[in-house]
Amino acid sequence: MTRVVYKVGDDVSTDTIYPGRFMATVLPSETVQYAFADDRDFNARLQKKEIAPGSVIVAGSNFGCGSSREQAASCLAGHGLVILAKSFARIFLQNSVNLGLRTLAVPDLEAEPGDELEILSGRVINRRTGKEFPVLPLPPARQAIVDAGGLIAYTRRRLLEKAGNNQKN
Amino acid sequence: MGMTVAEKILARASGKTVVNPGDVVEPQVDLAMSHENAALVINQFHDIFKGTGLEPRVWDPDRIVIIFDHRVPAESSKTATNQKKIREFCAGQGIWRLHDIRGDEGGICHQILPEYGYVRPGQVVTGTDSHTTSHGALGALAMGIGATEMASVWTLGVLLNVEVPATIKVAATGRFQKFVGPKDLILHLIGKITAQGALFKVLEFHGPCIENMDVSGRLVLANMSVEAGATAGIVAADGRTLDYLRKEAGVRETVVPVRPDPDAEYAQVVEIHAGDLEPQIACPHTVDNVVGVSQVEKTRIQQVVIGSCTNGRLDDLAVAADILKGRKVAKGTRLIVFPASSRIYRRAMEKGYLRDLMESGAVIMNPGCGCCLGVHQGALGDGETALATTNRNFKGRMGNPNSSVYLCSPATAAASAVTGVITDPRQGGKSR
Repeated sequence: MTRVVYKVGDDVSTDTIYPGRFMATVLPSETVQYAFADDRDFNARLQKKEIAPGSVIVAGSNFGCGSSREQAASCLAGHGLVILAKSFARIFLQNSVNLGLRTLAVPDLEAEPGDELEILSGRVINRRTGKEFPVLPLPPARQAIVDAGGLIAYTRRRLLEKAGNNQKN
Repeated sequence: MGMTVAEKILARASGKTVVNPGDVVEPQVDLAMSHENAALVINQFHDIFKGTGLEPRVWDPDRIVIIFDHRVPAESSKTATNQKKIREFCAGQGIWRLHDIRGDEGGICHQILPEYGYVRPGQVVTGTDSHTTSHGALGALAMGIGATEMASVWTLGVLLNVEVPATIKVAATGRFQKFVGPKDLILHLIGKITAQGALFKVLEFHGPCIENMDVSGRLVLANMSVEAGATAGIVAADGRTLDYLRKEAGVRETVVPVRPDPDAEYAQVVEIHAGDLEPQIACPHTVDNVVGVSQVEKTRIQQVVIGSCTNGRLDDLAVAADILKGRKVAKGTRLIVFPASSRIYRRAMEKGYLRDLMESGAVIMNPGCGCCLGVHQGALGDGETALATTNRNFKGRMGNPNSSVYLCSPATAAASAVTGVITDPRQGGKSR
């Protein structure tokens, strides 16, 4: 069981998730402090660790649109947040997959801050309303990266395979 | 069934004869571009090699380009240290195409790549910047990726697990009215199909309006395709592309355009009649919040920005200088101009555009991204409003969440700088 801690609308951009003025900061251990920096209240709650890892942000469609800045995914991953959105922007989704930020596309989701959700394989149940919502599966190509533990591990494996093949040849 | 430009390029780069939307491929990358965020790519790159016993070497230093543009000259010690780290990495790896902070060869990455002939039709181009879509203007398949994905490209030379995107055909007919142009067309398109209208798809631009458009204008269309959610925006290469590559970019070898098959399958066709368009404005705080200029005329503006990878080219500065020559920027409004590259800066100087702009009251900045992403060189005050030829108007984009940004063409920006309020350039601009 996990709790919805924050709700945002459609087309939330990476400028909202991680403002451009903090882009010189790149280490995931440091990007966490700037998550939703322009929403002072939510940012303060995150910084004071008032939000438990595994908590959910509910979003509309096209979440993460805009810049390719990876900090937008790493700052949320660092807080252990889970993002449930109607849909995600392409680069943000790929960054999330690559870095291990948990994102689920739940097109019909109805949930409000404070609601308790049960995230199961292929569906999400809102315990307050009792309603159940299907989760769109990740395309298999992206699931393979998630299963490997992210793109660093996946690429490392491919690199070692390639090095092994070169040796054999 | 035939293939679109994107499908043809992905098939070639993946060693296949045919691909269809949804297929998963691993295309070879022809060109991998980064800017200051290469500092993060370098971290991730070293992480990949950790524990492998292999020496971290990039797959091909000749295919990597790095351009400093987001924060030039460095606005903070942190940025300066990142830039230093990138220089050292390039030297160690033999990456020779590093466009540093220089007045002879510096500029915005999306201007440098075409200008120096690094991009060719048919290439797979990736960049750690969402506006990498720009390079589709030359008939390449160009897309933005994150830093970790770039580290993977630097390691293996391929994009892992790419799904072939479906393509939307944009058919643009007719001729623009005076003071209406490519920026108005792309803003109109984004308003029409919305910020997610092309999500996970490619926009392929067709029609007489595009055929008559020079590469500078096509760069505007491809650049902002990402604002409709598109993976890439493409104008198939033609005679104008080849002319540009030869005359402007100094490309000597034979270039073979990739054209779509006549029976290519499109997910959707969007028609636009260019002659019907009035100047377009994207209102705060989303790029698809687009209206005709008449609906927001007289909105007071404190800052006008002309520049960026979208509209900082010579023709943009020419239009602005023509409108502003002999006139003054309104009191209470400041005009900031960012030429997109050193070459453009120099030519604008030689042609007298910079003099005309300065005499009107404009501040000419060094080439770079400037205030577009809210880091430096023109943040907005609380409650202030900007009108900009840039590509994004998200809340907080220009450095302050308590400010607003409207987007427009260079003609609209220049005409509005004179009046201090959003102005239709067809009325406020002098006739030529």
